[in-house]
Amino acid sequence: MKEQLKIDFNKIKEVSNFSNRDIEIKKSYLNKFIENGFPNRKQEDWKFLDINQIISNNISDLSFYNDYSIENKIDSSIFIDDLEHNKIIFINGRIEKIDFSYEDKKQIEIIEDSYTIDKSENDNSLIDLNIAFSNKHFKILIKKGYSLKKPLIIYHLTNEKMKSKNINLRLDFELEQNSSLKLIDFFTDDSEKNFMNIFYNFNLDRDAILKNYKIDKSLNKNLKYSFNDINQKQNSISETFVFSAGSDYFKNEINCNLKGKYSSAFINGIFSLDDNKQHEIRTTINHLVENTKSYQLIKSVLGKNTKSAYQGRIYVDSKAQKTDGYQLSKAILLDETSEFNAKPELEIYADDVKCSHGSASGCLDDNSIFYLMSRGLNYKQAKGLLINGFLLDVIEKITDAEIKDLLKKMIGLKK
Amino acid sequence: MDTREKDIENLKDYKYGFTTDIENIRAPKGLNENIIKFISNIKKEPKWMLDFRLKAFERFKLLKEPNWQKPKYPKIDYQDLYYYSAPKSMKDKPKSLDELDPKLLETYNKLGIPLQEQARLNGIAVDAVFDSVSVATTFKGELTKHGIIFCSMSEAIQKHPDLVKKYLGTVIPTTDHFFATLNSAVFTDGSFVYIPEGVKCPMELSTYFRINASETGQFERTLIIADKGSYVSYLEGCTAPMRDENQLHAANVELIALDDAEIKYSTVQNWYPGDENGKGGIYNFVTKRGLCKGKNSKISWTQVETGSAITWKYPSCILKGDNSIGEFYSIAITNNHQKADTGTKMIHLGKNTKSKIISKGISAGFSDMTYRGLVDINSKAKNSSNYTQCDSLLMGNKCGAHTVPYIKNKNFDSNVAHEATTSKISEEQLHYCQQRGLNPEEAVGLIVNGFCKEVLQQLPMEFAVEAQKLVGISLEGSVG
Repeated sequence: MKEQLKIDFNKIKEVSNFSNRDIEIKKSYLNKFIENGFPNRKQEDWKFLDINQIISNNISDLSFYNDYSIENKIDSSIFIDDLEHNKIIFINGRIEKIDFSYEDKKQIEIIEDSYTIDKSENDNSLIDLNIAFSNKHFKILIKKGYSLKKPLIIYHLTNEKMKSKNINLRLDFELEQNSSLKLIDFFTDDSEKNFMNIFYNFNLDRDAILKNYKIDKSLNKNLKYSFNDINQKQNSISETFVFSAGSDYFKNEINCNLKGKYSSAFINGIFSLDDNKQHEIRTTINHLVENTKSYQLIKSVLGKNTKSAYQGRIYVDSKAQKTDGYQLSKAILLDETSEFNAKPELEIYADDVKCSHGSASGCLDDNSIFYLMSRGLNYKQAKGLLINGFLLDVIEKITDAEIKDLLKKMIGLKK
Repeated sequence: MDTREKDIENLKDYKYGFTTDIENIRAPKGLNENIIKFISNIKKEPKWMLDFRLKAFERFKLLKEPNWQKPKYPKIDYQDLYYYSAPKSMKDKPKSLDELDPKLLETYNKLGIPLQEQARLNGIAVDAVFDSVSVATTFKGELTKHGIIFCSMSEAIQKHPDLVKKYLGTVIPTTDHFFATLNSAVFTDGSFVYIPEGVKCPMELSTYFRINASETGQFERTLIIADKGSYVSYLEGCTAPMRDENQLHAANVELIALDDAEIKYSTVQNWYPGDENGKGGIYNFVTKRGLCKGKNSKISWTQVETGSAITWKYPSCILKGDNSIGEFYSIAITNNHQKADTGTKMIHLGKNTKSKIISKGISAGFSDMTYRGLVDINSKAKNSSNYTQCDSLLMGNKCGAHTVPYIKNKNFDSNVAHEATTSKISEEQLHYCQQRGLNPEEAVGLIVNGFCKEVLQQLPMEFAVEAQKLVGISLEGSVG
């Protein structure tokens, strides 16, 4: 793989128009990645699902080179009709279109960003890989006091050209004081056996509100990894929702730094898995100052040969008195081959805090099924009803009514 | 009882902090094959035992010291430790208590367990382990009548080699982790218990451990076998004198419960925790593991951990037999600069297996406390269930409390539930108690004891009282 990485990197160097400085930075990250390789189960964060193994089992001949100079045709049939929205369209990792037609153009700035060396020691080698191979990345800046009128949908599309390829993409978002953004990530894949590595950076200034919904619904044979790094100042709110179902492998990592007083973070997630799928959500919430709040709710419904994992970590600094932190993970195992893993972790250094977590897993309750069947439902209907009720709980946590409706329709909870 | 209470009063500055001036026989410092042969030789062990040790040592040489735990400690130089230390006068083993070195007896008296006294009054059979050699075992006659074997490990190797050979290393193999393997290679003594089929042990069995010599590692090995349909309750207590340097304690405890048998294992651990500035103290790196081998068997761990500079242990249950039950009740208290990383592992392999974990952690001062636990339900463990509750209490904002549970459920018929909370003592509770005339320290003691009640209830009567007091004493000076 080492050789492949070097060859592919040199190809990019030749065709792209990165500045020499960028190339140098990218190269240093490439070397770091070559040294460490893909994470494996020896690392605590990758204990439950070993991506190194999954990549070598599913994609034996992974290549890293993408030609970003070729334009791709946009297939408008995949757009979501029920909701008026702004668009960013990624096809095969290349930005094809940025469309903020519903918004005041003066209030949004799209900046082509150059790379900087991240001084903080990150030990996540997938981020190194991302920086080494991602195309030019953009920063979307939302100006002070502006709330986007319509949600922004980022379409992640791939086509058959992308077989056995690694796609790296990155976006930065800067939300100035009192601004707000609703962001939906929507995944549609026409290709097989690729590995998508997404890295988002969010900076929330005072009173800013971010809502991020990730929807991985359409069935596909790809692997995905997404990392959200969210920094929050005073009074800001972040809400992250993950619907994790379609890909063969999907790991969502959310890292939230609550740096300002009264800031809060909400993370809700659903795993609805069938047929050999392996998904994971890993969250880290760092409560760094006093009076911050976090809430997490993760539910899994697991079918044949599936595996889901939830690793949640709440860190409370000794300065962060009056922290309120909560984690709950629940799972229904439908088949004898399904597996649920959880590691809800609390690391607390302040005494005046309210932190708790809960985790429960088991099968569907026989009594409930019996009750419903005695009311005239057949077994399948009864099971469906119970599962829908179980999942609806998480959907109801979504604070945006329009998007909540959209999701309910997508999942089939509403006609 | 009065004198006992007075003794506990004196605990303020670690009451067990005296050293006994007894001449020791020591093996030279260092760890190598010759030392192991020396230990084996001085204990007149048969060849299979020496082979067991050497095999473990071979394995040990390949292992790396683990470093994933939360409390970090300065590197231990394993070549700079004494691996064998025995009081000199033990060379010709005494036949009865009267023949014991009076100085030794005095030590035990200071500890509050006069062997004869306690044996008679409490009806508890005590096996006291002093540094590396088991000094005397009381109450033997009564036990022999029931066919119960309760003796030191060295004696068991001599007298009951078949049993030892059959079970030793079956729960903690010589190929286990770093500290367990080290123990397999150099263990010196410990207790051996065998309860024959259908016997309900008429009294609580108890061992008392004490580290006396400085720069000594204590590596004892305990093996308890409960044959079909038997029951035993076993208690261990631990103390060590005050010393500036850190001392290592790496014991192995193996429990085996056959069909319908039950083992209850309680620990009150009060090793020297180091002084207020975190100097000295015991490193308590113990491997405790129970195997519910037979159907309907039960193993229950209860621990009260108040001492040691660093406590790092996970008493575990392997629930292999169908319908077997594993329980873990724990109170861990850390004050000053103490650190603890403790919890349990429940491995469900058999059908209808059940486990319950209740863990209470209290941290005060500059201490750090971690609960780390694993619940693993195997795909064959149909209809199993686990309930875990771990609560932490923080006193002050210089200490830390952490919870790291690992939950693996591979069986769709099984239920796993986990709950954890972290909080502090509320102002209202304190205010209420003080209003009723308690001073702040008493109030905290009362609230903490209430917090720990679920676990204290599990201890045998006599020790519950002592443990309750220990809880209060350990936290002294942490309020205000």
